Amino acid sequence: MSVRSTIISEMQRIAEAEEKNLPPLTDDLVLLQSGLDSLGIAILVARLEDALGLDPFTNSDDLFYPVTLGDFITSYERAESSN
Amino acid sequence: MKGPKVQISCIRSRIAQDANGRFISGAEHTVALRELIGGTSLGGSLSQLAGRSVLLAVTDQFSAALAMIELDGVASRLILWPPESPIEHLPTVLSKGAVDAVVTDHDLAPLSADGIPFQVRASVAITPSANGHLDTQATEWVLLTSGTTGVPKLVGHDLMSLTSAIVNSGEPEAGAVWGTFYDIRRYGGLQIFLRALLGRASLVLSCAGEPVADHLLRLAAHSVTHLTGTPSHWRRALMSPAARTIAPRYVRLSGEIADKTILNSLRAFYPNAAVAHAYASTEAGVGFAVNDGLEGFPREFIASDGDVQIKVEAGSLLIRSRGTAVHYIGEKLALKDAEGFVDTGDMVELRGDRYHFLGRRSGMINVGGLKVHPEEVEAALNRHRAVGMCCVRSRRSPITGSVVVADVVLKTDENHSNEQTVEVKHHILNYCRGMLSRHMVPAALNIVSSLSVSSTGKISRHNE
Repeated sequence: MSVRSTIISEMQRIAEAEEKNLPPLTDDLVLLQSGLDSLGIAILVARLEDALGLDPFTNSDDLFYPVTLGDFITSYERAESSN
Repeated sequence: MKGPKVQISCIRSRIAQDANGRFISGAEHTVALRELIGGTSLGGSLSQLAGRSVLLAVTDQFSAALAMIELDGVASRLILWPPESPIEHLPTVLSKGAVDAVVTDHDLAPLSADGIPFQVRASVAITPSANGHLDTQATEWVLLTSGTTGVPKLVGHDLMSLTSAIVNSGEPEAGAVWGTFYDIRRYGGLQIFLRALLGRASLVLSCAGEPVADHLLRLAAHSVTHLTGTPSHWRRALMSPAARTIAPRYVRLSGEIADKTILNSLRAFYPNAAVAHAYASTEAGVGFAVNDGLEGFPREFIASDGDVQIKVEAGSLLIRSRGTAVHYIGEKLALKDAEGFVDTGDMVELRGDRYHFLGRRSGMINVGGLKVHPEEVEAALNRHRAVGMCCVRSRRSPITGSVVVADVVLKTDENHSNEQTVEVKHHILNYCRGMLSRHMVPAALNIVSSLSVSSTGKISRHNE
């Protein structure tokens, strides 16, 4: 499974467990408006660390936090390619 | 006489010295301080609250702010009830705090039939005040902290202990607009409330449940100059497109461990702002602020002289200053040791020439400012029929500082297929969701074959 599809399916799993509906998951979707709040995003990042072995936000040299879903996925894709 | 060490008699009299152009703003209301000092938000009841032990239990933070200003110097004791506190703790707080009046904006009657002696309605509307000259008395301020069992402890401060870090920080900047992501009924938020009101500043409050983008747009509309929150608050803010709409000149973090990523990100995001992280706790007061932009704090902060004395014993940070709380109310527990030091329970480690924070000695996990006792989560997991043994611990999170993770040994020794393992995990987590608050449910659950048990017979938690 690609990084992108792993992220999307983990998001759907978290939303499903919390009985939330996600909007269409496009790249320009603002992450905090995806239906996941910061705790939801923290859970997502923890699950992705287990699933992908990647955490692009801890001690990274990137100085910006992801605003859109596209930013978020790009961070993981970059972390994967530099791994 | 207005040197930095001036003592403050009460908040209202201090505001009255210089109220022009200053305001407090919430999500729905804004009030000019000039209007506030000539009026009341408590109907005609303020004089009846004089000398009483008052519990302030309102849902709305804005009306809490108005009542806090009015009650300081009038009530003998003012207990701040944080909005999300479990209501089942109310009887404990009423009894420990010897409460004889409650200021509220909702009906508490069904919760306590056996009696709150006197209830006053708080409102967001200011009416002209008839209470011209109430005698001023020193009000004891009481904050709630969750003890190890989750039952709140009442921590007593006076205005001098609450403001010692403020009066020591020099002359306030005129025209500053403070904002905070905290609730002002917790220690970190109360510091900002007092800093703004006792300095010559205005204050923009947060609002529970308000989307972060809306809050940032309000802060921008009021041209916020000084903004404070936990690292988790700041990470959430920086994930909002509205973070670009504010341009603070002072950014402060406290309440959680500030890591390198958030400090560097804030400096890059707000290049004109001074970025500081501070150490404070409800019991220990404000310890210190770190202004060099690096994680942890320099070893030379450990000092036995000066306004704030700091030492490290058995890995834990101890603080003695005029900012430490006075005592716990309604229990025999000592807040300070014989020498007046408060043991913070925050573990630190010297690496090179800096101390770094490791987390809580109690193992308590801080999930974006919400406290989790691992034992409580373990108790829930252990009730699931498939769970033989478990260990709940903290994992560092770049979003909320920490998240809860669990290692679980299943009862049967059978080898599960991958699908079965996924199914069991799913089932256990669903079970937890039915019993625990959201932030307490493990973010990740690992099925393991065994757990290490220490020589004292306890499961060893290895926090990541």
